[in-house]
Amino acid sequence: MEPEVHVIHYLIIGIVMMACGIYGFFTRKNLLALLISVELMLNAVNINFAVFCRYLFPDALEGHFFSLFGIAIAAAETAVAIAIIINVYRNIGHVQTDDITDLKG
Amino acid sequence: MNISLQEIAFYTVAACIIVCSVLAVTTGRILRAATYLLFVLLGTGALYGILGYTFLSAVQLMVYAGGIVVLYVFSILLTRSDRNMRYCIARGKLASVLVTTLAAAALMVFLTVTNGFALNMIPQGVELPVERIGTALTATGHGGFVLPFEVTGVLLLACMIGAIVIARKRE
Amino acid sequence: MDFTLFILACPAVGFLLLALAGMRMSHRAAGLTGTLLMAVTTVLSGATAWRFFTAARNADGVLPAQIPFNVEWLPLGGSLHIDMGMLLDPISVMMLVVVSGVSLMVHIYSLGYMKGERGFQRYYAFLSLFTFSMLGLVVAANVFQMYVFWELVGVSSYLLIGFYYTRPEAIAASKKAFIVTRFADLGFLIGILIYGYYVGTFSFSPSQEGLMRGGMMLPWALGLMFIGGAGKSAMFPLHIWLPDAMEGPTPVSALIHAATMVVAGVYQVARLFPLYIGYAPQVLHMVAVVGVVTAFYAATVACVQSDIKRVLAFSTISQIGFMMVALGVCTSVLPHEGGLGYMASMFHLFTHALFKALLFLGAGSIIHAVHSNEMSTMGGLRRYMPVTHITFLVACLAIAGIPGFSGFFSKDEILAACFAYSPVIGWIMTFIAGMTAFYMFRLYYGIFWGRENKALHEAHRPHESPLVMTAPLMILAVLTLAVGWMPFGHFISSDGEAYDIHIDATVASVSVIVALIAIALATWMYARPQQPVADALARRFPALHRAAYRRFYMDEAWLFVTRRIIFRCVSAPLAWWDRRVIDQFMNFMAWSANACAEELQPVQSGKVQSYTLWFLGGIVVLTLVLLAC
Repeated sequence: MEPEVHVIHYLIIGIVMMACGIYGFFTRKNLLALLISVELMLNAVNINFAVFCRYLFPDALEGHFFSLFGIAIAAAETAVAIAIIINVYRNIGHVQTDDITDLKG
Repeated sequence: MNISLQEIAFYTVAACIIVCSVLAVTTGRILRAATYLLFVLLGTGALYGILGYTFLSAVQLMVYAGGIVVLYVFSILLTRSDRNMRYCIARGKLASVLVTTLAAAALMVFLTVTNGFALNMIPQGVELPVERIGTALTATGHGGFVLPFEVTGVLLLACMIGAIVIARKRE
Repeated sequence: MDFTLFILACPAVGFLLLALAGMRMSHRAAGLTGTLLMAVTTVLSGATAWRFFTAARNADGVLPAQIPFNVEWLPLGGSLHIDMGMLLDPISVMMLVVVSGVSLMVHIYSLGYMKGERGFQRYYAFLSLFTFSMLGLVVAANVFQMYVFWELVGVSSYLLIGFYYTRPEAIAASKKAFIVTRFADLGFLIGILIYGYYVGTFSFSPSQEGLMRGGMMLPWALGLMFIGGAGKSAMFPLHIWLPDAMEGPTPVSALIHAATMVVAGVYQVARLFPLYIGYAPQVLHMVAVVGVVTAFYAATVACVQSDIKRVLAFSTISQIGFMMVALGVCTSVLPHEGGLGYMASMFHLFTHALFKALLFLGAGSIIHAVHSNEMSTMGGLRRYMPVTHITFLVACLAIAGIPGFSGFFSKDEILAACFAYSPVIGWIMTFIAGMTAFYMFRLYYGIFWGRENKALHEAHRPHESPLVMTAPLMILAVLTLAVGWMPFGHFISSDGEAYDIHIDATVASVSVIVALIAIALATWMYARPQQPVADALARRFPALHRAAYRRFYMDEAWLFVTRRIIFRCVSAPLAWWDRRVIDQFMNFMAWSANACAEELQPVQSGKVQSYTLWFLGGIVVLTLVLLAC
């Protein structure tokens, strides 16, 4: 199987996902929705890594592994973020960003 | 005009990803947003497959689509976030967000298009064998990735402990 | 280690002990601690003097100066460094004896005088501090160390003048003394800095090439140093603090403001005497002029004061003027050829310390008895206080210059030196000596004879002071009688060689006759209960009398200078500049920072989304900028 789709098409997908993530990150007020947006952005990045690796350096594995580790790190980040969100919820009863402005203790 | 199977698969998946991405950030129901995210992730896994990275695709499906989305759903239900999604955004803020986002997107498209990726550099790609991935992941020499592998392992451990400590109920 | 170190260590230990633990001691324990330590110091000083003056002389007949220790304390780069040391030479050893001796007398006397006073321990702590500083001053091995102790002496003087800190006059007097002397010390400091900068050392005896380098700047340095000395020694017109300093306890006046601290200026000039003679004789003659003016001015004022301590204060100023004149009229270091004044000055310093301390302690005894400083409350006290009366009379005779008493010998030497320099100054000083005799006997008659305030004495019968107070009086009286006969010139002379004192018959007889006339005049005017002559004179020249009583308006003149000229023309614009420009500029800085913060505060909303929006906008802009470049 050989790739026949032009590289720019892959990249456009990445850009669209990235833009959606950015938009969602700014407009959402629920922390979990915010996190969903972050996941979108991370995915866009991972796609870029894989695509670049595949198209520009087909013999190297760096991009592939970057994606792999990116997935692992995204998983870790999600776990911690969700733990924090649950803690926030436990403390103040909701997870709306408008009321979480202290950024401390 | 002959369209290969691969192209059909790619454009179908691409359309699915784009539509679901947009919906994931615009829908008013958070559970639906999580579901759209699931479709985006599945699509991304499919893209990896099309690229020939089948192992990566499997990991994507298992970790993201299988693990993380479930976490999301659980936490959405736990925090009762499925209400509270009705809110209005100030017009000025929305405008600034849209301008910034579109400017960033336009910039990225501009950079991508004008970069001039060699159109003729379409490699003879094949599926990446899992054996090679395994070897590289545990190799220490040139082209070996054992160090980032270990680091990621430690990171995951730290995150696990951290998540437990943070989410623990305080007396 | 040499035992001379303990001369300094004892009062220092006494001060620390009394200052830190004094309030837990009883009055008696604190007083005895201070007095015993002072007795040790006195004995050690005496031993030092004995050892020093009985040592073998050098080949050129000079007593060898000793430096028991000297440590480099503060290197200033180059060859300049400040040492802390101890220099024993004839004048410093003489001063050691005087300071520790008078201080011991005052310590003993204060046991009675200050009995039951609040802050008794504090008083003894300050006395120890003062004694330590003064001893440090006299043994200072270089001019900077002298300055350090000089200021310490000023501080302890300030503390002791303000001892009765609940009385506004005492506080005002202490501040006045501190500010005036501090102001004068500025001159001293500048002089020291010039001296150190140009001569390259702070030593009293710089090298020849250093002096060559100093050259033209040396007179300026010495003149400025003399301003400091003039301030401390209450020379006209910087004398204004000394009469007010009498607000302090009387024994303090005896110790600090009569016998020791106020002669520091004389001591300073004497210490730098070789430099003055060799390199700045014109400054030395200026010193003489200042001394003459001061002596005359203070003597006239002393003639009309009614507060007995004020009379003694002006008498002190006048006598210090005598010492300054004696130093100022020197024209060479050889005692036979114009250097007599040096020895005379030191001799007078020595005798004056004794009889003036005696006078002040006697005055303290009187004040103790009648609870007032005013002469009008006294009169006829000879019947109540025989010991005080006799000792006071001895001191009066000494200061008046009656043969046989110590003051006669030293004053005679001063007059001889003055005549040798200039007959005009000689006659002026003889006249002032007569005035001295006059006002001292006016004081004496006013206290012990004259108009008795019968009503007051009936109500509160004066009594003789206890033995602890009269004993120092008697000791000092005996010393006053004795020390005049000692061959002072053998110990101290301008070139260090032994010098026999000659009584110049002409000068001596003239001065004795003048003194006797003055005493007779005082007797005629003041000895009787009715004083028609004095009252008539006061009525005849009311303006003169009032002016003299108000000290010729010197305080007012200073107030005019400070308030009207300095405050208004210098301080007020400076204050305006400070308040309107400097402060306002600072306020503007603070205000602008505050305003900026107010403006920027909304940005710091704590909302992650707005932060990231700015972040993203920044990235876009930066990328565009980089692309455009």
